[in-house]
Amino acid sequence: MKVSITVNGVVYERDVEPRTLLAYFLRDECRLTGTHVGCDTSSCGCCVVVMDGTTAVKACTMFAAQADGHEFLTVEGLAQGGTLHPIQQAFWDQHGLQCGYCTPGMMLTSFVLLKNNPDPSEADIREGLAGNLCRCTGYQNIVKAVHQAAEAMRQPAAAS
Amino acid sequence: MSIEAKTERHALGHRMKRKEDPRFLQGKGNYVDDISMPGMLYAAIVRSPYPHATLKNIDIGEAMKVPGVKAVITGKDLEAAGLGWLPTFHGLDKQMVLAIGKVLFQYQEVAAVFAETREAACDAAEAVQVEYEPLPVVADPFTSKKDEVILRPDREKKTNQIYHWEVGDRDATVKALEGSAKRVSQRIWFQRCHPAPLEPCGCVAHFDTMGRLQFYVTSQAPHVYRTALALVTGIPEDKIHVISPDIGGGFGNKVPVYPGYVCAVVGALKLGRPVKWIETRTENLTSTGFARDYHMDVELGASPDGRLTALRVSTAADHGAFDAAADPTKYPAGMFGVVTGSYDVPVAHAEVDAFFTNKAPGGIAYRCSFRVTEASYAIERAMDILADELGIDPVEIRRRNFIRKEQFPYKSALGFTYDSGDYHMTLAKALEQIGYQDLLKEQKEKRARGELMGIGLSTFTEVVGAGPSKHFDILGIKMFDSAEIRIHPTGAGIVRAGTKSQGQGHETTWAQIVAEELGLDPQNIMVEEGDTDTAPYGLGTYASRSTPVAGAAIATAARRIREKAKKIAAHMLEVGEGDVEWKDYKFQVKGVPAKTATMKEVAFGAYTNPGPNEPGLEATNYYDPPNMTFPYGAYIAVVDVDRDTGEVRVRRFLAVDDCGTVINPLVVEGQIHGGLTEGFAIAFMQEIQYDSEGNNLNTNFTDYLVPTSLETPHWETGNTVTPSPHHPIGAKGVGESPNVGSPAAFVNAVIDALSPLGVRHIEMPVTREKVWRAIRDAEAARAKA
Repeated sequence: MKVSITVNGVVYERDVEPRTLLAYFLRDECRLTGTHVGCDTSSCGCCVVVMDGTTAVKACTMFAAQADGHEFLTVEGLAQGGTLHPIQQAFWDQHGLQCGYCTPGMMLTSFVLLKNNPDPSEADIREGLAGNLCRCTGYQNIVKAVHQAAEAMRQPAAAS
Repeated sequence: MSIEAKTERHALGHRMKRKEDPRFLQGKGNYVDDISMPGMLYAAIVRSPYPHATLKNIDIGEAMKVPGVKAVITGKDLEAAGLGWLPTFHGLDKQMVLAIGKVLFQYQEVAAVFAETREAACDAAEAVQVEYEPLPVVADPFTSKKDEVILRPDREKKTNQIYHWEVGDRDATVKALEGSAKRVSQRIWFQRCHPAPLEPCGCVAHFDTMGRLQFYVTSQAPHVYRTALALVTGIPEDKIHVISPDIGGGFGNKVPVYPGYVCAVVGALKLGRPVKWIETRTENLTSTGFARDYHMDVELGASPDGRLTALRVSTAADHGAFDAAADPTKYPAGMFGVVTGSYDVPVAHAEVDAFFTNKAPGGIAYRCSFRVTEASYAIERAMDILADELGIDPVEIRRRNFIRKEQFPYKSALGFTYDSGDYHMTLAKALEQIGYQDLLKEQKEKRARGELMGIGLSTFTEVVGAGPSKHFDILGIKMFDSAEIRIHPTGAGIVRAGTKSQGQGHETTWAQIVAEELGLDPQNIMVEEGDTDTAPYGLGTYASRSTPVAGAAIATAARRIREKAKKIAAHMLEVGEGDVEWKDYKFQVKGVPAKTATMKEVAFGAYTNPGPNEPGLEATNYYDPPNMTFPYGAYIAVVDVDRDTGEVRVRRFLAVDDCGTVINPLVVEGQIHGGLTEGFAIAFMQEIQYDSEGNNLNTNFTDYLVPTSLETPHWETGNTVTPSPHHPIGAKGVGESPNVGSPAAFVNAVIDALSPLGVRHIEMPVTREKVWRAIRDAEAARAKA
């Protein structure tokens, strides 16, 4: 079946099997391999992408068919013109990643969290990220990264 | 609280941001599932629903009709090609690639299909029809021991016992125990769990136009894989190129060679097209290398004032259907002999009897340092039980028994020579940092009100850095490691090592070592690992061996470069070699401080003005460590237990680690946070359970629990520095210490909280339900009394 899905501002028109998951559409059809697959029960959050600028969705739990007509932001769309997004910069500064496998999903969930709550407490952040598993960091530096990103994004001159 | 940074040195000890991060932050990591090749096929594996059954028939007819399917192979096909069995890394056993004659665990590999798309491979796998005839299931090592059902008729000895291993003096230990004023014994089970890295295992196999096997694989030990593949397949080793790309977490899960890898290679060879095999999470949890599953009977003897007289441990090990525990050859029970821990135990004996069961194979994984996790847990729990029985404070009993600073290097009763340590000092620092006296006061007040607050200690010593060639080998290959360093004309360079990071930050830490030795900028030292065509031969990254072994090779190779550079510097400075010294990170003429040459200048000179010296600036070192290293720590957990619900809240956790010289405190802290979170998971929520019929009950992330940001406690860290006397930069390694040390701290804290109720032990995972039951049972017993 034919789908038309916009990813990071680019329209992808493809003919796919109805059971194709959005996660594999992004990885195989769009050749955007930054969205990762880590489980088979939508528990891990490695596949999180942002739908229509507002909602964090697990791309393994959505068919490409359901994504038809919608717009998505993946990790590849975070940096602008070679400049890292404040979230990316913060994860780097705070050592919020080790193997990097959960990182794209973690950052995109943070992106939506901060959109809805620009000044989150530690409890807000920990609750907001509870759908994203990490085996390497123990989350502590990730929380610090999200705090740093929040502060940077609240500055008037923050990158949009 | 954090790990101390040392900024007085040029690069070592700096909280340097990681050089590898930019690609991960931009989603441009190169993990194995990111690899795509023209004409690539997908493999899927058919797995057994039965834990133990005779394989009667496999019908691939329907599967072959699925559009896009290219081939289906079974154990019989592999056997005909001489590939039916795979040697396990331990060497005492072999493992079926695809089932031959029978299946031995639920989810065992039975057939492999190759198809044009992921979906077609999945459909074809479902269409393969397999006929099984169930056999009686052996679900635990105690049943297995009886040998009523022999699981492995393929083996020479018709018994389910794999081996018996022991160390120490049995008779002297028994005698000492008999003569002890106090004896405590406890059965302690370290439950079966699984490391579950977020990236599952997988590979892409491709025979290129030169007939070489290009093999991209999630491997923590790429060179060993290459040699193993050459031995198993008969393909000459120069025709095999193993590449470990970026790996999304290993934790020991990515050390063994899995059946799916062999199937992918066979498929690529047979079909002349690249084959990709990526497992699902369910396959990862049910068939790849599990961890632990040690049933330990621990007995301690002591004097009335708590001084240890003897230690005896007798263990039944559940290895699953094949002995795939990736231990060095001479150590079937790994480093379990470190079970005397941080204590000066005069006499000890440890033994392990291992048995086959109808479960997935494995045993060595999950940051275990080769069974140090099991040993450490046993001794630290036993010490608390002893302290409780004698009415001695758990801190005090440890102080009385610690190996003293003056006793190092210390030869333990079970044969280890501990390199260095100051256990009293590190514990004192931890107690001060956590405010131990205030906590005791608070606990006393709370107890008077019936509130359950617990303080738990774990003062562990672990043993890593496998290892000296005299004792350590994997499949006969000695466990050295290596580094090759080349400095370019403009003072930048490249270091290639035989290790393979799966998130540990080697692209940064190895550059820091080179930068420190050569006075160069670590930002301009490129680090490469994982490509077996270019990296010098190494045994890989696991068991916290990278810094102790490869880190030493890197420092040694860098020093060789410095020696050569000194000759070139002397030529450039127009003095004799003996007149030049390395001082303040540059070459100086002795007594003439103004006459200097930086390494950067000498690098240029190596190519433009080497004089009588050999041009270029390059060195290699293969490092055979003289001994293991012994990182250690003092961990303290503070918990509050809800009397009504059994809920345990970890209020505080402090980890004070001593890993000798710290290369990068930021990286070390990250490792500690991650390892503590894994220890927390194991202590409170993780278990791979099999029921009595061999059904695996924890097959995905809804049943096998990984802690989220919500329940993970806040970690406080600190460190002391007791350098390893035999390591070139005094470093010991640290990656696994937090998983080795923390489970006991958590459980000791919970038991401490429940001690007013008389609860002595709860097996891990210490779930809310178990705590609730323990409280209810204790209260009922009180009521009856």
